[in-house]
Amino acid sequence: MRKAFGSKIAVRNLSLSVARGQIFGFLGPNGAGKSTSIKMLLGLVTPTGGEALVLGAPSGDIATRRKIGFLPEDFRFYSWLSPSELLYLHGRLAGMTPSRVRERIPALLDLVGLTPHRDKRLRDFSKGMLQRIGLAQALIHEPELIFLDEPTSGLDPMGRRLVRDIIRAQRDRGATVFLNSHLLSEVEVTCDQVAFIKQGEIVASRDLRAQSQDQIRILARVRNLSPQALAGLAQWAASAQLEGERLTMTTASIGCIPEILRYIVASGADVFEFTPERVSLEDLFMKIMGEDRGL
Amino acid sequence: MGAWIMAGVTFREAARKKLLWTALLAGVAFLALFSTGLHYQVKDLTHSSVPPLIRNQLLSAMLQVGFYAVDLLAVIMTILTSIDTLSGEIASGTIQAIATKPISRWQILIGKWMGFAGMIAAYIAVMFGGVTFVGRWIAAIAPRHAFRGGMLIFLECLLLLTITFCSGTRFSTLTNGVIALGLHGIAFIGGWLEQIGAAANSPRLVTVGVVSSVIMPSEALWRRASVEMQPSFARVLQLTPFANASAPSGIMIVYAVAYLLAAMALALYYFHHRDL
Repeated sequence: MRKAFGSKIAVRNLSLSVARGQIFGFLGPNGAGKSTSIKMLLGLVTPTGGEALVLGAPSGDIATRRKIGFLPEDFRFYSWLSPSELLYLHGRLAGMTPSRVRERIPALLDLVGLTPHRDKRLRDFSKGMLQRIGLAQALIHEPELIFLDEPTSGLDPMGRRLVRDIIRAQRDRGATVFLNSHLLSEVEVTCDQVAFIKQGEIVASRDLRAQSQDQIRILARVRNLSPQALAGLAQWAASAQLEGERLTMTTASIGCIPEILRYIVASGADVFEFTPERVSLEDLFMKIMGEDRGL
Repeated sequence: MGAWIMAGVTFREAARKKLLWTALLAGVAFLALFSTGLHYQVKDLTHSSVPPLIRNQLLSAMLQVGFYAVDLLAVIMTILTSIDTLSGEIASGTIQAIATKPISRWQILIGKWMGFAGMIAAYIAVMFGGVTFVGRWIAAIAPRHAFRGGMLIFLECLLLLTITFCSGTRFSTLTNGVIALGLHGIAFIGGWLEQIGAAANSPRLVTVGVVSSVIMPSEALWRRASVEMQPSFARVLQLTPFANASAPSGIMIVYAVAYLLAAMALALYYFHHRDL
């Protein structure tokens, strides 16, 4: 899909597929086109070119929206409503019967931790509380596909944890979650798959479940490592670098770590530290996005 | 179904606006003032030797003042309460959580329109009923065709409501306000020019007034309502500013309805096609 606002191209060439039942992270700097992409998938924004199938139907299909939940970025709603009234309204708009909505409301308020605040008005809610009730309205009709645009913005650490648990619970019940987020640490522990968008184009995608086994960075402190031995590390890690006593390398598999350690020791080098660690999503993000901060 | 749900929540939203309650308070204050004025007018006329025909004409003019105030309050209240309902919710993103539900955009727009229409109907019923009651109670006079008059005032408000909806799908709240008030301003001035032109026998001035009614027929609806509510001889005597020397024809009402429908069609088209 492609979207241009006048001469400004918001989404250049978006092409992606998300499998059912997974948590998909959509990552990119500010202004990369994440929200516009979500809006095109939801039918809020008409693409300038291209098309998308969402749950097998063209994006924006009204009947399919019964199976879709959406938390917009910076959720806000009529401030005079109570949380229960808001959920009732959204449940009814989602096509639920009055009795079914009433049945669901207490459980949802409990899920997002707002039961003690059920009699307040939204105008008395903090930003974090609005995000929570926004998440609840996205889940009221038990959708098959849930779009969450920055769901943890404005939330304290406890709130983030809660959102993370809710997202996982949704996946466990079989729903697909499409997540836009700036908080890479959150995405890293939540998502199964991620795609990186830069200047309106998907530039990379990663399977994070495989990532944990594949991309391992090793930080070591060694003395007396010969240039020949350093060159020999290329059989496991193409990017081995030695600066003084500091050795860094990235290897493709956790299984070869004992071999690398044995090799270094056998070469006659002294090893003082040897720490394998997973390459963080943030490192990956910075590597993919380069120096462009998206501003 | 979605349209009715939207109508319900919009009615509640509109009914919670302080502006509506301020307009109602202003209306109650006006009714009190109107009752007092009418009371003293009746008292003075009773003690004077004014012929019954002129007496009725004067009391009828006073009643028209009452209805004119109701019309003015209803028009202002309509524009100011509805001005930000679409543009404001589009700008704040509130509309996004609604527009992604399994309801069509036309249902959202029509639902909101119905919610406001209900609120305006209730306001006009209270205020129009109040003036009619006061007229009957204090001066024993009644408008000639009260229902027709009330419905024409309601149609005028619906027309302005539809204009704010149409403009609100395209422009910001502030621009929308300028457009709605500007259009009604043209109609208002044009209406008076037409009246003065007819009284002064100036066909060119009347033409200017008619053209302004074509640009925006809201004020013409009030003038037609006024004609419907006055005694039939009032127009001949032309003793009051509401005598309506040049009364809008039935065609103007048809034109106003067509204008409303065209504005609604345009609003639906714009809202359906715009990015949210």
